[in-house]
Amino acid sequence: MICQHCGQRHAQVHVTKMINGVKAEMHWCETCAMDKGELPQMGIGFSLHQLLSGFIEHDSENATIKNAGKHEHRSKKTTLRCASCGMNYAQFSKLGRLGCAACYTHFGERLKPMLKRVQGGMVHVGKLPKRGTERVQLKRRIEQLKLQLLQLIANEEFEQAATLRDQIRILERGLSEHE
Amino acid sequence: MNNTPQKPNGLTTSLWMQSGGPDTDVVVSSRIRIARNVTFEPFPRVATATQAQHVLERVQQAVHQPALQTFFPLQWMSLEGASKLDVRILVEKHLISPHLAEQSEHAAVIIGKEEAVSIMVNEEDHLRMQVLYPGFQLQSAWELASDIDEAFEGELEYAFDDQWGYLTSCPTNVGTGIRASVMMHLPALVLTQQMNRILQAITQVGLAVRGLYGEGSEATGNLFQVSNQTTLGQTEEEIIENLHSVVKQLTEHERTARSHLFQEMRTKITDRIRRSYGILCYAEDIDSKEAAQRLSDVRLGIDLGVIAHAPSYTMNELLVMMQPGYLQKRYGKTLSPDERDVYRAKLLREYIRPSSS
Repeated sequence: MICQHCGQRHAQVHVTKMINGVKAEMHWCETCAMDKGELPQMGIGFSLHQLLSGFIEHDSENATIKNAGKHEHRSKKTTLRCASCGMNYAQFSKLGRLGCAACYTHFGERLKPMLKRVQGGMVHVGKLPKRGTERVQLKRRIEQLKLQLLQLIANEEFEQAATLRDQIRILERGLSEHE
Repeated sequence: MNNTPQKPNGLTTSLWMQSGGPDTDVVVSSRIRIARNVTFEPFPRVATATQAQHVLERVQQAVHQPALQTFFPLQWMSLEGASKLDVRILVEKHLISPHLAEQSEHAAVIIGKEEAVSIMVNEEDHLRMQVLYPGFQLQSAWELASDIDEAFEGELEYAFDDQWGYLTSCPTNVGTGIRASVMMHLPALVLTQQMNRILQAITQVGLAVRGLYGEGSEATGNLFQVSNQTTLGQTEEEIIENLHSVVKQLTEHERTARSHLFQEMRTKITDRIRRSYGILCYAEDIDSKEAAQRLSDVRLGIDLGVIAHAPSYTMNELLVMMQPGYLQKRYGKTLSPDERDVYRAKLLREYIRPSSS
C-alpha cells in the first residue's frame, strides 16, 4: 500500500479514527505520519510523560466517541477547568502534569480511565498523614476487623465472632458520624 | 545547618559512590524517592515566581525546626546562585534530577548524611526526598526516607486525598508518591543475550527498566535501573517487596550466568577483561560510551578475581568522575567534547594503572 499523503513511499502507519461517530481510515508512510504528529517520536525524546499524555488524549477521544453526535461535547471537554489553579484539561493533556491538588477533584471523573491504565489500583492503601485522616484510618481498621470476623466464622468461633461483630458496629456508627 | 547558600562541594564523594553494602557484585545502588506537595500551594510547574518563592521559604523554615535538625546536619543549597558546572555535577552524582538543574529558579536542594540524603525543592513536586545507598539496601533506604517524610509532615501539611493518597503533579506518582529503584550491573546477562527476555518479564510485573541516568537514558556500561512503575493501589512495603524479590532473582540469574560464562569461556572472558583493563591503563583518548563499557569489563574482572589487585578506587566513583561536569571541575577548565575524551583517558590512566608495577 502506498502512502495516502505523499503517494510515493510505502504506507507503514495505519490509523483508524472515530470523529463524531464517522470512521475514517488513514494509511501513511512514517515520514508523513511523523509530520502529522501521528507517530510518537521514539528514541531520544520519548519519555514516560509523552506516553502518558498519549493515554490522556486516547481517553478523551473515547469519551468523545461515546458521545458521538453531540457536537457540544468536544468544546466542553477542552474547557473543563480547575477552579483553583485555572489549568484546563487540554493543557493537562499536553503537559501530562496537573497544576494543583484541587485538579484531582475538578478533573476527577476524567482522570479515572487514565489512572486505571497507568496505576495498579484506584485507592490509596499506603501511608497516611497523621493529621486529618482519622476517617480513613477508621475505615481501614473496620476493613481489617471484618476480615478477622470472616476468619472467626470460618473457624466456628462464634462467641468471639459475635463480640467482634458488635465492635465493628460501634466503629461503623462512629464512621457515619464522621461523614 | 548552614544558613547561607553554599556552593556545592563539587568533588566530594557521595556515600553510594564509595561502594560497600550488600550484594555489590551485582547491585550498584538502592534508592528511595518520595514525592510530596504542600497543601493549598500550586505545584511548581504552574506556580508563579511569588508562589514558588513562598514554598521555598516555607520549606527552608521547616528544615530549621528541631524535628529535622535532630537527624543529621542538613545543608541547604540554593540552585539559583550556584554555577552551572556545580549543578551539573549534582546531576552526575544522582543527587538532583536533570529537570531541576534546568529550571534552577526558586529551586534548592537539601543535602545530608554523606550525600546519601538529598531533598529537591520545587522540582516537579514541592518536595522530592531521596535516600541513595550503595549496594542492595532498599529497606533501610525506605526507613530513613520515611522518617524524613514524617519529620517534614510535622512542619508542613501535605496535599492528601482519602482516595488518591498523596497528590502529585504527575498522576504516575499519586498515592504513595514513592519510587524505589535499584541500579544493577548485569554484564553476564547481556553477554549471554538474556536481557531482552528479562526486560519483557520485568515490565510484566509492573516494574520499569532504564539506563544509568534515568528516564530516556541508554543502558551504557551494562547498568540497568529497575524501579516500580505504579504508586497507587499498593502499600509502600508491597512496592518495595515486589522490587526486592525481582532484584534478588535478577542477582541470582546474573551470578549463574557469570559462573557459567567463566566455566565455559574462561579464556575469552579473561581476554576481554584484560584487554579492557589494558585500554583503560594506556588509552590517550576515550569517549564516555567506550569508557563505560571498559569499566564494566574491569568491574566484572574484579568480581571474578581476574584482576587481582585490590583497587583503591571504586567503579562507582570512576563512573561519575568520568562525566563531563566532574572532569571539567577536576581539571579546572572548560573542555570541548573532544578534549573531554582526552582528559577522561588521562583520569582513567591515573586511577587504574598500577602505580609501582
